Amino acid sequence: MELGQLSLYDQAILLFAAIVLFTSFVMLAQARIVPLIHTFAWQGTLLAVTTALVAYATNHPHLYISAGMTFLLKALLIPWMLHRLAVRLRIHRDVEAVAYPSLTLLAGGGLVIFSYHVALPIVQLSALITRNTIAVSIAVVLLGMLLMITRKKAISQVIGFMSIENGLFFAAVVSTYGMPMVVELGIAFDVLVAAILFGVFFFQMRASIDSLDVDRLNRLREVDR
Amino acid sequence: MSPLIFAYLALAGALASGVVSLGADRYPHLLRYGSSLFLGACGLLAIVAGGWAMIDETPATDVLALGLPWLKWHLRFDPLSGFFFSIVGLLVFVTSLFAPGYLREYTHPGNKQALFALGLFSGLFVLGMLLVLLADDAFVFMISWELMSVSSYFLVAYQHQHAANRRAAFLYLLMAHIGGVAILLGFGVLAGFGGGFTFEAMRDADLSATWASIAFALAFIGFGMKAGMVPLHAWLPEAHPVAPSHISALMSGVMLKVAIYGLIRFTYDLVGDIQWQWGVVLLIIGSASMLLGVLYALIQNNLKRLLAYSSIENVGIILSGLGLSMIFIGTGHVVLGVLGLLAALYHILSHALFKGLLFLGAGAIAHACHEYDLNNMGGLIRRMPQTAVFFLIGCLAISGLPPLNGFVSEWLTFQAALQAPALESGVLRSLIPVAAAVLALSAVLAATCFVKVYGVAFLGQSRSRRVGHAHEAAIGMRLGMGLLAVLCVLFGIFPSAVIGVIDAIPNQLLGQGPPSAAAHGWLWLTPISPRVASYSAPLVLVGILLFALVAYAWLRVRAVNIRRGDPWDCGFGSLNSRMQYTGTAFSMPIQRVFAPVWDLKVDIEETVNPAQPLRTEGIRHQLQVHDKSWSRLYEPIGRLVLAAARRIGLIQTGSIHTYLAYSFFTLILLLWVVT
Amino acid sequence: MTDWLMALAQTLLFVAMAPLLGGWIKRVKCHMQNRAAPSLWQPYRDLAKLFRKHTVLAANASWIFRATPYIVFGATVLAAAVVPLVAVNLPTAAIADVIVLVGFFALARFFTALAGMDIGTAFGGMGSSREMMIGALAEPVMLMAVFTLAMSASTTNLSEAVTYTLNSGLVLRPSFIFAALGLMMVAVAESGRIPVDNPATHLELTMVHEAMILEYSGRHLALIEWAGQLKLMIYLVLVANVFFPWGIATEMSPDNLAKGLVAIAGKLALLGVLLVTWETVMAKMRLFRVPQFLGFAFLLSLLGMLTRVVLESGL
Repeated sequence: MELGQLSLYDQAILLFAAIVLFTSFVMLAQARIVPLIHTFAWQGTLLAVTTALVAYATNHPHLYISAGMTFLLKALLIPWMLHRLAVRLRIHRDVEAVAYPSLTLLAGGGLVIFSYHVALPIVQLSALITRNTIAVSIAVVLLGMLLMITRKKAISQVIGFMSIENGLFFAAVVSTYGMPMVVELGIAFDVLVAAILFGVFFFQMRASIDSLDVDRLNRLREVDR
Repeated sequence: MSPLIFAYLALAGALASGVVSLGADRYPHLLRYGSSLFLGACGLLAIVAGGWAMIDETPATDVLALGLPWLKWHLRFDPLSGFFFSIVGLLVFVTSLFAPGYLREYTHPGNKQALFALGLFSGLFVLGMLLVLLADDAFVFMISWELMSVSSYFLVAYQHQHAANRRAAFLYLLMAHIGGVAILLGFGVLAGFGGGFTFEAMRDADLSATWASIAFALAFIGFGMKAGMVPLHAWLPEAHPVAPSHISALMSGVMLKVAIYGLIRFTYDLVGDIQWQWGVVLLIIGSASMLLGVLYALIQNNLKRLLAYSSIENVGIILSGLGLSMIFIGTGHVVLGVLGLLAALYHILSHALFKGLLFLGAGAIAHACHEYDLNNMGGLIRRMPQTAVFFLIGCLAISGLPPLNGFVSEWLTFQAALQAPALESGVLRSLIPVAAAVLALSAVLAATCFVKVYGVAFLGQSRSRRVGHAHEAAIGMRLGMGLLAVLCVLFGIFPSAVIGVIDAIPNQLLGQGPPSAAAHGWLWLTPISPRVASYSAPLVLVGILLFALVAYAWLRVRAVNIRRGDPWDCGFGSLNSRMQYTGTAFSMPIQRVFAPVWDLKVDIEETVNPAQPLRTEGIRHQLQVHDKSWSRLYEPIGRLVLAAARRIGLIQTGSIHTYLAYSFFTLILLLWVVT
Repeated sequence: MTDWLMALAQTLLFVAMAPLLGGWIKRVKCHMQNRAAPSLWQPYRDLAKLFRKHTVLAANASWIFRATPYIVFGATVLAAAVVPLVAVNLPTAAIADVIVLVGFFALARFFTALAGMDIGTAFGGMGSSREMMIGALAEPVMLMAVFTLAMSASTTNLSEAVTYTLNSGLVLRPSFIFAALGLMMVAVAESGRIPVDNPATHLELTMVHEAMILEYSGRHLALIEWAGQLKLMIYLVLVANVFFPWGIATEMSPDNLAKGLVAIAGKLALLGVLLVTWETVMAKMRLFRVPQFLGFAFLLSLLGMLTRVVLESGL
């Protein structure tokens, strides 16, 4: 079937899926902390919009609640907390040195192909038109992990972690029209709590090793080489 | 009458040129004229024979009463052989035009080298290449293959007074033989299943998918090593540049193609059932070869080394075309597979032409000013105006610029790659465009590389006195280069006509011609259909010339005279040749962007006057480039082999009794096995 | 025959309009930066002035230096001839597809770079070396963007591709959005505009394109400048007509053609404003940031291609 034969809503969902994937790549490429947080906020906003769109297109009113919650939490609250943390820790002007930026991005491209390959069997089971987005959500998860691997600053790793959660949420919304409300609420608060805990952890970390550079944690190793 | 007669005559010509030069040490003219005359005849005959074989529908076969008692020499001359036969013939003919002028300094009385060796081994080398193409059983194939390898070894080692050349030659011999073993084993697998060493038997062999893949892998390693694919390429940039330039042209222009011929013959013809996974391997290796080849070429300053690395790039392009073809054939899209194969064949032809031209050009420069280092050249366009024109055409062609021949083959490869949506597998669908992007990147990098070559060598001011006094090449040398330059242009402008002839090869191998490449007349090249893509090289040339001439005429009519003046020197006094960008400086931005690719060693020495510590008096910048494959692949393997050899060396005791005991126990063991 | 005449007329229109577009961009830029703006026709006056002036050649300039302006101009005009401007289905589109179009630019770049090295000044070599690097990184991006399009439309013929987008109506194609963005970034890099190069500067360390053509004067310079304006216009027309083809004439009736003309003028004016806004808010990058810029453009094109494969096929 051609793309042109889908309804405009379905097309829009595909479009937003693509843009969500794009924001993941932007995060991967972004070396500065504050724009990174902003991109993360944009990803949350896109997620919320997509959810609202799915709610409208499929007539699932409970998704509106999810959308609103996503927007509040992931587009406003968590980015705001992270931003405040960054300012208070005085790292908001820092630029992270990524070892091979272009290579990382190419690896990201490879991950997308890989997720497509992985998602193929799942896609064949689903009858929904938007099932192709499963590959995108897997890619967002993997890209979040890649972000965590390539970065040194703990705050970027937290963002990577949150973006993994975004990917999972996206998969749930577009492929099965959302998880049961209870589960969603639970996850949302888990994420919030995680964000707060991370904040506390950052201060602890800086107090004890005087840096947010996670490479310094190597020193905690028992046996010296 | 069959084309084989001409082929035999060509072989005889090659042999005669070798034999004639046996007397070259006494009569140097025998080498310059006698041997070249026979080579020229051999080339012409080979072109005729090859062309005939391509037009002739039925392959000509023959059995010669040579070789082993139970295995006579089987020869076969079909369109595929014919195509390569003409390419070899063409380059041999051109080098025979080039050689008399070029060899003059070799025959100089002061030269101590054995002249007969150069002529003899050149003849045998050509003989070996031609015979490989005719072989129809593994025995002839391997014999002529070895003849080609060994005689070219002597040519590489010809200037053996330099230790580096001896080392390069040894490396070449070693790699050629490792490759030879792999090929032999590949034939062995086929022969084992087919029950005979003739290609006829191998074609009928019924292989399981696994065994077919093993045979393919062996052949791919063997032929790929000879063709210079990454990472088995390390010998190529060492060996090709140290041979005399017209031999380098033959080695880079044609010998690599003979290896590709082997690969095509082995997979398309002998194995037959192509699996798409092989295509993926070829595509990946091909992409790696072209990118690394061109990046290494870009950073070289020795002209011949640079050209040798660029051959690796072009082999990569050919392999990618073949890879695409195999992917399509393996997934059942034979028509598209034909397109990929055509692209590869066209690039084989194009590369033979322009690489031959460029190596001959490098030879002409070396002949004129004894210089290979780009950073000592400059301004040659004024000293060697005709060579400069031919070399420019070669540079344009190898950079894949329309409307020359290099562009046609790259365009066909792109078109083949763009048919990826026809494939079922999404991974392949997304992999192939990435490979195409790599091709685009290498094409532009090649253009950068040859802007550097041409700009530094021919343009600007001369950077050394010898270069400033260079003289135009001899008439024969110019004739040879000019012929290739004209062919580069012609094969660029009339691709449909050429493809109309090459069609015979996919017809023979796959039983299918291209869908409609030349269906819309000589003016249009339409590989799939006019709606999908079309390219009209004649109109492109006419269009560019037309618009350029209109602008020229219009401006000429109302032209004000041109005044000559000094270039802008920022008010510091006149420019000198040391202020120009050197080759190293030119490639510096690329070197910085792709830094992890090379093993670079940069030495910057500053000399400071102790009285004025803040003032630098002079800066010495030295850049050493090493091939990463050495430290990553060859040296570990070398160490491994040495360690193994040391272990095995334990059995060498030096005592004669122990050796006798070895023989004794071997005898006992064998007797036991036999009973 | 009338088709070929129409094609010729369109090409001439293309060539004649290119300086106007340059004038428009300059004017909008001045307005946006609160400067007094030159007239819309200023580029024509500049060209006319250059054509009248004496041509000064360096004493050691070879024939390559003298032939380059004509080759560059010829190749660029031919490139303009194959791009549908006002109408589709013109016969010139079949001469060269979009890959050949890239080849024309490569040919022009090759000769300009050679001309830069011909005199043997340090500026020329510097410009050539930098231009070739930027070109080397930009061309794969362009081809990748084009491939995305070609895979959807299953053609590389520009006229056919425009017709395809026109016929499929308004479809939200994520791949096209990425490809269009990638193509725009390439357009910025290839036509030597901020943030990659600054067309208005003669500051030694930041020059790229200007450094290469520093030795040109008089009518040679005029041709090269004209070709540069033409190149920018070709890129903008590509973006405008391939991704937003609405309004282009599919039949050769006068009112259709008039509509096509108005449509493309409007689209180009809009794109010009967009370009100016972009140039005003961006700062010029240092040279070794350009690979990152183009790397990002490549990522966009790659994403376009991947979304084409992942999201838009096998529905």
